[in-house]
Amino acid sequence: MEGKSHVATIKRTGWILFVVTALEFVVAFSMPHDWATLRASLFLGMTVIKAYYIVSVFMHLKYEVKALIWSILVPVIFIVWLLIALFVESGTMGWL
Amino acid sequence: MATSLTSEVPQKLTKRSVWDGGESPLKASYGKLMMWFFLLSDAFTFSGLLVSYGVVRYYHPHYEGPLSDFTFSTDYWPVPDKVFSHIPFFHGVEAPLVFVGLMTFILIMSSVTMVLAVEAGQRLDQKNVQKWLLWTIIGGLTFLGCQAWEWTNFIIGPDPETLGYASLSKNPYGPPLFAAFFFFITGFHGFHVFSGVVLNTIAFYNTAVGKYQRKGSYEMVEKTGLYWHFVDLVWVFVFTLFYLI
Repeated sequence: MEGKSHVATIKRTGWILFVVTALEFVVAFSMPHDWATLRASLFLGMTVIKAYYIVSVFMHLKYEVKALIWSILVPVIFIVWLLIALFVESGTMGWL
Repeated sequence: MATSLTSEVPQKLTKRSVWDGGESPLKASYGKLMMWFFLLSDAFTFSGLLVSYGVVRYYHPHYEGPLSDFTFSTDYWPVPDKVFSHIPFFHGVEAPLVFVGLMTFILIMSSVTMVLAVEAGQRLDQKNVQKWLLWTIIGGLTFLGCQAWEWTNFIIGPDPETLGYASLSKNPYGPPLFAAFFFFITGFHGFHVFSGVVLNTIAFYNTAVGKYQRKGSYEMVEKTGLYWHFVDLVWVFVFTLFYLI
């Protein structure tokens, strides 16, 4: 690897993860619980940002060939979609 | 032999795609590829747990009314801030989510040290691989210790004498499934952390005795690194979906 600059990227990514986690805490404590949908979407958005940095930089996926990136990414996108869909849908199940 | 074969192949067939065999189109070693696909299947398992958690959680009614009047009841799903509000050495002090937040920081920190170990491995810097792997192992063990405390605290609950202990079938916080999901999801993740610590310890031993240095490759550190980052990644999702939302 490119030595020094690579270490700098790692450290910067570490700081980004810390800051986003701290932001999650700010939202958790300052935003009223009644705003459930906004809270949930903010938390999920920040989680996806953290996931992006962990997978792309720490797991080095960003530097792999395109075919490998897509073969990992496509199934994961479907999983996240399923996660969101079922969290939302189950909220209406009680009405049936 | 391969060259003599291709020379006999008609002109039309020599235009080969990278996918025709005899090449590695993904430009990654066999071991690393298999680790990636194992992690993908592991992601399916974890999402199965998290999806069922989401379905059950939102199927139950949620608490309505001011948070300060909240009491534990089996009529609605508990608010996580109220369940996970304890920190070690400060008995009776309300500190919602501070302890799990600390656990999250510890795991992210150990991910940073792991990637530094991988980076040192690529430069064949045995001493630094050793140092950063050791820090990663310490981070993992600290996380496991925190989880042991968290589980103990969760099982004992607010008032064990009248409300009883939390178990898979009942708990003092809310509907029985709340504790069942807590034990399953954090337990399954904790077991992954434990396996990661074991793998990293083996990699640390092999680094310390110079096995990878002689081989001229620290690929095993890269593979355990992939696994370790995945464990961190899963915790990021567990933290959001179980503790924050």
